[in-house]
Amino acid sequence: MKEKDSVNQILLNETSKKPIDVSRRNFLGYIGGASALILTAAACKKDDAPASNSGVNLGSGDVGVLNYAYALEQIEAAFYTKVFQSVYSGITASENALLGDIRDHEIAHREFFKNALGASAIPTLELDFSTINFGSRDSVLGAAKAFEDLGVTAYNGAGKLLVSADYLTLAGKIVSVEARHAAYIRDLISNGSFADNTALDANGLDMARTPAEVLAIAGTYVKTKLNASNLPTN
Amino acid sequence: MNINSIISEIEKVDPELYEKLDGRRAAMKSFARFSGKVAVAALPFALGTMFNKAYGQTPSSTVIDVLNFALTLEYIESNFYIKGLASSGLVPSGPGMNALMTIRDHEAAHVNFLRTAITASGGTPVTFTASQFDFTAKGTFPDVFSNYDTFLAVAQAFEDTGVRAYKGQAPNLISNNDVLTAALNIHSVEARHASHVRQMRKARGADVKPWITGNINGIGAVANGNYAGEEITTQAGINLVNVNGFTISAAAASEAFDEPLTKDQVVALVTPFFA
Repeated sequence: MKEKDSVNQILLNETSKKPIDVSRRNFLGYIGGASALILTAAACKKDDAPASNSGVNLGSGDVGVLNYAYALEQIEAAFYTKVFQSVYSGITASENALLGDIRDHEIAHREFFKNALGASAIPTLELDFSTINFGSRDSVLGAAKAFEDLGVTAYNGAGKLLVSADYLTLAGKIVSVEARHAAYIRDLISNGSFADNTALDANGLDMARTPAEVLAIAGTYVKTKLNASNLPTN
Repeated sequence: MNINSIISEIEKVDPELYEKLDGRRAAMKSFARFSGKVAVAALPFALGTMFNKAYGQTPSSTVIDVLNFALTLEYIESNFYIKGLASSGLVPSGPGMNALMTIRDHEAAHVNFLRTAITASGGTPVTFTASQFDFTAKGTFPDVFSNYDTFLAVAQAFEDTGVRAYKGQAPNLISNNDVLTAALNIHSVEARHASHVRQMRKARGADVKPWITGNINGIGAVANGNYAGEEITTQAGINLVNVNGFTISAAAASEAFDEPLTKDQVVALVTPFFA
């Protein structure tokens, strides 16, 4: 979001790309979101680094945020799919069953976004998991923990970027499942670490990350260049 | 980006800002006064309050109502774990006790956080004390503080229901980014708790997973209402069973998405726990 007139573009994109229930609440949500965008764009312009405009464009508005979530779910689903191409040595029956559940959940999330986005969906990303040793329990669970905790902070940070209350609810339906995964994986690594102070702040709250922060971390695993510069920032 | 930069930019859009704030100095003083009073973590709320004042929009009663609703639920959970951990012979020492102490402390921190946020937003936080609760739920769980399995079953119901309650309120906070984000950041912690409590129950023989399968609760018919609706496998019109040719069972499709509850539904579920 670099220019004020992009707000109008977002509104145009939104109205042309998805069916909208223009209830009073949604309409007020649009107006509130738009003015917040103008304010943030102006107040942050001076210290923002120039954003890249090349690569796969996630898009703007709610569509952009959904594509952002779709990108993250692609990473998670591909990771767990690869885990099951050859499971790590010493995997227990319980781990096998529950990690299999998680794989299926992530595939369901990925395919949900793909279908929901339809023609606006970004393509399948090229991923690189070469830093993960899939034969090692420690390596696999360490990566799983990182992905799940990252997913929680990503969805928590994305909530405020959404204009549609329906999409916000959908993101909420997914993030709590990611948090259940994160807690389970953490407990597999070290029982009792499901919500320790490496995940939570002093108020007992999970953290929220911006798309830029999340994509910088996830970038290790994504070969496809992503352009998140049109995502909303507020 | 800092507070001065934000105020400068608003001034360009709204030259009368300072009149509304009684001058920049007053604005900064007002901000300093707020930040002196409230915890650092609650600063966004203080900022929101200042601008709400300038523009004559007291934080909507909807937002305050949601925060007080959340606070009520956190009081229930907090008092539940405090009493459970104080009940001699109930919780065996070891990892389980440590986990429950962690959860207890989070719920107490949530109470404090929400009270601070409500006050900073110009609202009045509700207050509850231990004697106002009846965790037997009018006799439904008579051994809740003497039978560890009953205690964990009720804990699971509280955590899973808490997740559903926060989720249901998110749309009511959509116009307030700071409060929405804070609520989401609590929502996912309740889900972490639910996951762990479910693992504790599983280790003691209950047939549950860290996630919610269908509307099965592993507690009994008494908890059916807490899980009603969790069984759905279609989201936004998209059927997720075997979606796009992938083998996804109905169980996995239901587990992949947690479902919200309305405030009325949650109130009905927790009312028996008040004395």
